[in-house]
Amino acid sequence: MEYFIELFFSGLTRGSIYALIALGYTMVYGIIGLINFAHGEIYMIGAFTSFIVATVLSIYGFPLLSIVLLAGLAAAVWSASYGFTIERIAYRPLRQAPRLSALISAIGMSIFLQNYVLLAQTSDFQPFPELIPDFDFMEPYAHVVGSSDIVILLTTAVSMIALTLLIKFSRVGKAMRATSQDRTMAMLVGINVNNVISMTFIIGSALAAIGGMLIASHIGQINFFIGFIAGIKAFTAAVLGGIGSIPGAVLGGFVLGLTESFATGYVSSDYEDVFAFSLLVLILIFKPAGLLGREETQKV
Amino acid sequence: MFKIEELKKSLLISLWFAFLTFPLLVIKVNPIERTVLWRWENMVYVAIGSFVISILVRLFYLHQERRRERVARGEITLGDPWIQTLLSEPRYLYPFSAAVLAVSLVFPFLFSTYQTNIMITALMYVVLGLGLNIVVGLAGLLDLGYVAFYAVGAYSYALLNYHFDIGFWMALPIGALLAALFGVLLGFPVLRLRGDYLAIVTLGFGEIIRLILENWNEFSQGPSGISNIPRPGLFGMELSLDQAILYLYYLMIAAVAFTIFVVNRLQDSRIGRAWVALREDEIACQAMGIDKRKTKLTAFALGATWAGIVGVIFAAKTTFINPASFTFLESAIILCIVVLGGMGSIFGVIVGALILILLPEHLRALSDYRMLAFGAVLVTMMIFRPQGVVANIRRSYRFESKVDGEAR
Repeated sequence: MEYFIELFFSGLTRGSIYALIALGYTMVYGIIGLINFAHGEIYMIGAFTSFIVATVLSIYGFPLLSIVLLAGLAAAVWSASYGFTIERIAYRPLRQAPRLSALISAIGMSIFLQNYVLLAQTSDFQPFPELIPDFDFMEPYAHVVGSSDIVILLTTAVSMIALTLLIKFSRVGKAMRATSQDRTMAMLVGINVNNVISMTFIIGSALAAIGGMLIASHIGQINFFIGFIAGIKAFTAAVLGGIGSIPGAVLGGFVLGLTESFATGYVSSDYEDVFAFSLLVLILIFKPAGLLGREETQKV
Repeated sequence: MFKIEELKKSLLISLWFAFLTFPLLVIKVNPIERTVLWRWENMVYVAIGSFVISILVRLFYLHQERRRERVARGEITLGDPWIQTLLSEPRYLYPFSAAVLAVSLVFPFLFSTYQTNIMITALMYVVLGLGLNIVVGLAGLLDLGYVAFYAVGAYSYALLNYHFDIGFWMALPIGALLAALFGVLLGFPVLRLRGDYLAIVTLGFGEIIRLILENWNEFSQGPSGISNIPRPGLFGMELSLDQAILYLYYLMIAAVAFTIFVVNRLQDSRIGRAWVALREDEIACQAMGIDKRKTKLTAFALGATWAGIVGVIFAAKTTFINPASFTFLESAIILCIVVLGGMGSIFGVIVGALILILLPEHLRALSDYRMLAFGAVLVTMMIFRPQGVVANIRRSYRFESKVDGEAR
């Protein structure tokens, strides 16, 4: 039973990170109908930025709390900037082009960013400073659930609530929903669609960066390649929940995280990634609309 | 011609990139020795580089606009580029192909064994590119797991040889058939999927194959791979290493020639035209009575066949294979070849493969930046020249009257 609970919590932690990344995929897909292949790389860049900032600050002897806040802020700011720039360079000129062109451009961007970080930093695994201390009050439960799990779950929950409020009630959120429903109509009622799309990339990238920082400090090491696998898994989560749907991405993230955790715990840990990929293939074949997604009808 | 505002814009862009690349390019930390290295010079490079690039891009757009204006005013006409004339007119095409063939036949005698070896690799990528071209270029199905079929070919030769002592020439058709079978196996479930989903599923499929090869030790000997795979034999003769490379080179030339012939014939066949129709509009294509299921499956199977053949040759060439040779990056390189050369264009794919494989081999200084350049190539090609270096020629028919030669 204890093993079960342990797996359950580790699944929730994984799942909440997948959910944070999946939100970026699903928001971008909802608004411009493009799979942002480079999103996994944004997450990796967020993790790397927070790694660099946190290490520099800890070398200069800043207190832990300020390190956490500044590293998180830096990760969010720079990842958002990268997301914004990528959209301007690689996607905006191709908005009217065939889907395949935009997708190839996205794949190119992903390969470019991966190798950019590889060349700018290093190909080795880097030890990530421990940002989340072990809390005293968590001591009695430490064998089933760690402090960092709790922090990750809480941060995710707060981010999701903030995002929901933003999309439901703010002006930008309304503009986003309008744009995703019908871009031309949104333009006609005076919404600056370009700004809305940029905003979507910025928000999605910042969320991915926070996820990147949390998981990197939880696992304790990073390298330039983490974005690839995480990206595909988060995409799986987005598709699982129904791409384009925000609650769907969160649900998909948790379902995927728990599945993976139990599968590796009870079946075999060698095939960890195979489970996720197989799940992806299965959903796409049997229920391409996902759990909460709408069936898309194609018009001639 | 250049206004101050334009310069200001470029300056802002360069400042933005300096900010953007600041943490990753300037700071380098060593978390173990707890030291920080500030590389400010990189910031200067980035600023200057992005300034120059942004000006170049703007000049390019300006040039294009001027050209379009002049065409609109009727000062110049957009003729066929010389390369298209070369490829479409038999009286240029035949001597040209003969010359290329002649050069490639004497190539190993003009250059060293090392050069020949690199050329073999490049030729392997030509065939891979032509195979992927069937799936991506002709049928418009973005396959990101193409390397899986390559792995199937390589492993089928390696394992058949290891267990049953089957020779190269026997393994070649078996590898091709197995790859085609895997192509159909992948094709079936993804029949209903649209472009971008298809890309992800094929990517997942490629990764699954690689992970299985890596983890199923009893079957594939895991990450350590299979070694001592024999080179192809020539009627039981013992060949020295140099001779074996020469032999393999001519084998590859024959394979490329055969591939070009088959793909060319396929393109003009009923099924080839069905692929193009499918790529252009799936629904209209079905309305014309084309069986979507059959057409897609043959595209996958025929594309995979070439990967299987090259896989067998790859195993025979390197005499050692392991799963690390079959990562996603390999698929990305092949895709890059097709995109750079021009989707759907046979000549383009050949040019693309030669550029992308030979250039980094000969410019060693660049080889570190190889993958970076590949990524950049994919993005730039899509934005500035989506049809590729050598665009596919659209088949068009012109009715010419015999009397006055005017078009009706």
